[in-house]
Amino acid sequence: MTERKAKDGPDFERLFAVEHRTVSYVSGPLLVAERAGDAGYDEMVDVVTPAGETRRGQVLEVEGDKMVVQVLGGTRGLNRPGTTVRTTGEVAKTAVGPDLIGRILDGSGHPVDGGPPLQPAAYQSVNGQPLNPYARAHPSDFIETGISAIDGLNTLVRGQKLPIFGGFGLPAMELAAQIAESARVPGSGNEEVTDDFVVVFAAIGVTHREAAFFRRRFAGSAALERSILFLNLADDPTVERLLTPRAALTAAEYLAWEEGRHVLVILADVTNYCEALREVSAAREEIPGRRGYPGYMYTDLASLFERAGRVRGRSGSVTQLMILSMPDDDITHPIPDLTGYITEGQIVLSRELDRRGISPPIDVLPSLSRLMNAGVGAGKTREDHRAVADQLYAAFARGKELRSLVSIVGEQALSEEDRRNLAFAEDFEEQFVGQGPNRRTMEETLETAWRLLDRFSSGELKRIKPELIERYRSRATVSATQEEG
Amino acid sequence: MTEAVTPQTGLSRNGGPGAGSVWRVAGPVVVATGLKEARLYNVVYVGEARLPGEVIRIDGKRTVIQVYEDTSGIRVGEPVQDTGAPLQVELGPGLLGAIFDGTQRPLPAMAASNGDPYGAPTISRGVAIPALDRERLWDFVPAVSEGDEVVPGDLLGTVEETEALVHKVLVPHGVSGIVTGVTRGPARVEEPVVRVNGEPVAMMRRWPVREPRPTARRLDPEVPLVTGQRVVDTLFPVALGGTATIPGGFGTGKTVLEQSLARYSHADVVVYVGCGERGNELTEVLEEFPELVDPNTGAPLMQRTILIANTSNMPVAAREASIYTGITLAEYFRDQGYDVALMADSTSRWGEALREVSGRLEEMPAEEGYPAYLSTRLAEFYERAGSVVTLGKEGREGSVTVVGAVSPPGGDFSEPITQHTLRLAGTFWALDTSLARGRHFPAINWGTSYTLYELDAWFEREVREDWSEQRAWMQDLLQREGSLLEIVQLLGADALASPQRVVLAAGRLLREDFLQQSAFDEVDAYCALPKQYAMLRVIRAVHKALSAAVERGAPVEAASSVPAAGEVGRMRYWPDDEFEERAAALISRVEREMEELG
Repeated sequence: MTERKAKDGPDFERLFAVEHRTVSYVSGPLLVAERAGDAGYDEMVDVVTPAGETRRGQVLEVEGDKMVVQVLGGTRGLNRPGTTVRTTGEVAKTAVGPDLIGRILDGSGHPVDGGPPLQPAAYQSVNGQPLNPYARAHPSDFIETGISAIDGLNTLVRGQKLPIFGGFGLPAMELAAQIAESARVPGSGNEEVTDDFVVVFAAIGVTHREAAFFRRRFAGSAALERSILFLNLADDPTVERLLTPRAALTAAEYLAWEEGRHVLVILADVTNYCEALREVSAAREEIPGRRGYPGYMYTDLASLFERAGRVRGRSGSVTQLMILSMPDDDITHPIPDLTGYITEGQIVLSRELDRRGISPPIDVLPSLSRLMNAGVGAGKTREDHRAVADQLYAAFARGKELRSLVSIVGEQALSEEDRRNLAFAEDFEEQFVGQGPNRRTMEETLETAWRLLDRFSSGELKRIKPELIERYRSRATVSATQEEG
Repeated sequence: MTEAVTPQTGLSRNGGPGAGSVWRVAGPVVVATGLKEARLYNVVYVGEARLPGEVIRIDGKRTVIQVYEDTSGIRVGEPVQDTGAPLQVELGPGLLGAIFDGTQRPLPAMAASNGDPYGAPTISRGVAIPALDRERLWDFVPAVSEGDEVVPGDLLGTVEETEALVHKVLVPHGVSGIVTGVTRGPARVEEPVVRVNGEPVAMMRRWPVREPRPTARRLDPEVPLVTGQRVVDTLFPVALGGTATIPGGFGTGKTVLEQSLARYSHADVVVYVGCGERGNELTEVLEEFPELVDPNTGAPLMQRTILIANTSNMPVAAREASIYTGITLAEYFRDQGYDVALMADSTSRWGEALREVSGRLEEMPAEEGYPAYLSTRLAEFYERAGSVVTLGKEGREGSVTVVGAVSPPGGDFSEPITQHTLRLAGTFWALDTSLARGRHFPAINWGTSYTLYELDAWFEREVREDWSEQRAWMQDLLQREGSLLEIVQLLGADALASPQRVVLAAGRLLREDFLQQSAFDEVDAYCALPKQYAMLRVIRAVHKALSAAVERGAPVEAASSVPAAGEVGRMRYWPDDEFEERAAALISRVEREMEELG
């Protein structure tokens, strides 16, 4: 820990370093030090335990000559007389640069993979600065995740922030890992397929089992060579979780804005982050908002999620996929609710599909990508993409409706068209959504869609213009026949 | 209240009664000591970085300040300086087409750096750039001459600010007397263009954002704000000078609806306040509006629009101010005799900013942690809407219409902001999650929404005399369809008798081919009132023919699937100029085809 300190920031910080042996209060993650007037709000401090160990801390409040510090390493073993607090005059910073790529780091950004020390290009404030809305460029190029239910119906666009709403026991982490492995950024226009694509994976408060899973998945594939993995484990100090996504985003922003790379940031699991936020808020005896979460949770989450985007005049992008476990599968719980208000859509996982063995179990009806329209169509994906997605959606929605009707009135009461719809819903879930571990290109996703729609007459495909039906329907049928032949 | 006509220079020097120091920092709230003369809502500068903030409480020697920027790194003992003036906006030519943050700093100027318009993509702290361009020359055309007697609100002269709008320079409040000097021609906003009793009056002035601008008297709202959205204009219109609220859970289309209203509403000026919302959405507005053309004037849409952008990651206290900044700009154009529409997306984020600051002040919370004064603040905001006669001899009429989006947690309308807003708003457009899930957009629930404005007389006069009668038919049919659908859910459509299935068929036409409207289709996005009327007339004719055919014994399925009925769904894409003709032709086709069924 002490070795780390030496290279963790610019040299001049030690000029400002002042030691205080004036701790008056220690409880939960918090510590109060008196006669410490030189501390700035939100700055980092070093807390030296009576045993001589150094832990990082962050100033939550200054009042008169008192400062309130949240100790990132936990407050275990601290006492009043023996504990020293050393101010640094710096807000939290993290190492950034291309050297981080391929590394596994802890929740504050220090290597835990046994590799050589980092050679960072710079140290940057983890808080970032808000993007000027005027300098943003509207996201308009898609990312191919290789998952049909996302690419086909809820296309992810560079610069977008899209959460995956899961629940405990649902394979959200597996889906995240699958996307991290198989996501591609196709070249837009005449550019070649770009290899400037980096995945930054921030695991927040994950269990050892999940961490082992990620390490295994990443180590076993080529994905690690283009990834940065931040690991904050469930038994790591709670307050470090508040730092982990910020460190990850700061690393991502450097690669995107300074080096022009396309960065996909995966935050898993936002629920753990919010729990940590609530824990710190409660320790500070703040007035709670809904369900005990602090009133500023929306602002706090926004300060993370809004760091996705594109900037005019720069070629890179920061895209965010967040994994979020809905407590008790309740989409109106404050965590998914506030997230949904900030993000540009959501991918919702379904327990029912999971039980039926459909993988990935994406429930397409409540799922939505708000930026899809900007990222699909002629010149981007394919001219029929939007219409095919609408048609799949309409037919599936109708099929689902009929499914609940059939359970009451029986299938014989249905018309011919309705029966086709009912069968379509079944096949759609099994073949289009349930693709298993395979990666599908955008072209393959659309061909699968056309094959499923083939059962409907052209007149029934109301959402697709006749000329598009003519152009693409036959292609799908022909290629299907060829496969069979 | 006197309108400040000359630039504010009343900054106190260091060490005077206006200088104090930081004593406590917790998030956006800073407590200072030593500010003896600070008044409530005065603007102060905090710290070495001179971060702007506003005094929100005075407690003995301690002054509590909400700071409009990130307070990281501020230390106890740093200086705090009182400006002696409340938070004000700059008013004058150059507002239209501008993009400001919550405290009226121009975002494009802040992004520019070293000749690169996007050279500084992030907002750094302590940047102070005036809202109005000080160097730009405006061609001032006087409307007064020496010797005229003027009172506040009188027209002094005009500036052609954009192709579509003439900016009226009025006598500021607190100024009256004899015109003693007039300067014609190009002038900068701070240069005097007129002298009244020898006192110089420039085109630019300031007004404190938390104070409503005075008017002569209020008018009754009798004219609708035409929006081109069928469900809004036909079923739940809002009056010019009225208030409307759009509550809806996420994904129900609040922002798309607000943006459609900003695009197509028949207003002279639109103020769009993006309050604590997504950065990418505002970017979409910023990229699209300059390309779009105002359907009423043919000028670029941006020329009638003022954007105030305070995204969710921008400082929380400035979010609280953005609503007031927006409505003050709206009132300024209202005073010139224009109809202004203010879109606030979303007032919930504003309420949450209040809650956050209130929590930091350790105030006693009311419902769900919101401060007890939430409803008072909401009322102060919404009541600034209105249709008025302005000050001045001209007796101009102008209006501010407020449309506020609300984002209720979990889509639950029983939460405090929705409930307090409902008490204030005259029109309620309830966005419905299940409609949105079924991709029915705009997802305005026709069963629970309402309007309190009585505008039938206007529609009957301006569109067609049976406008309200036709609307009543529609509401009745939708109501009946709704009850029948509940039965269908339980027993299936087969359980219904033929006449009831006719209601279902007609109700479906109303829902799918009238109430649904695509915001993304070039033709359908805006629907003129005569077209709305005619579309409804066609559907009513189909219903009538269908009832007649079924009465004659024709099966409902056969009758409702005649080829002409399929055409109903295409009506929305018919251009305005050929609509009447094609609608009449379609009606006779439907009648003929149903006759032929027997």
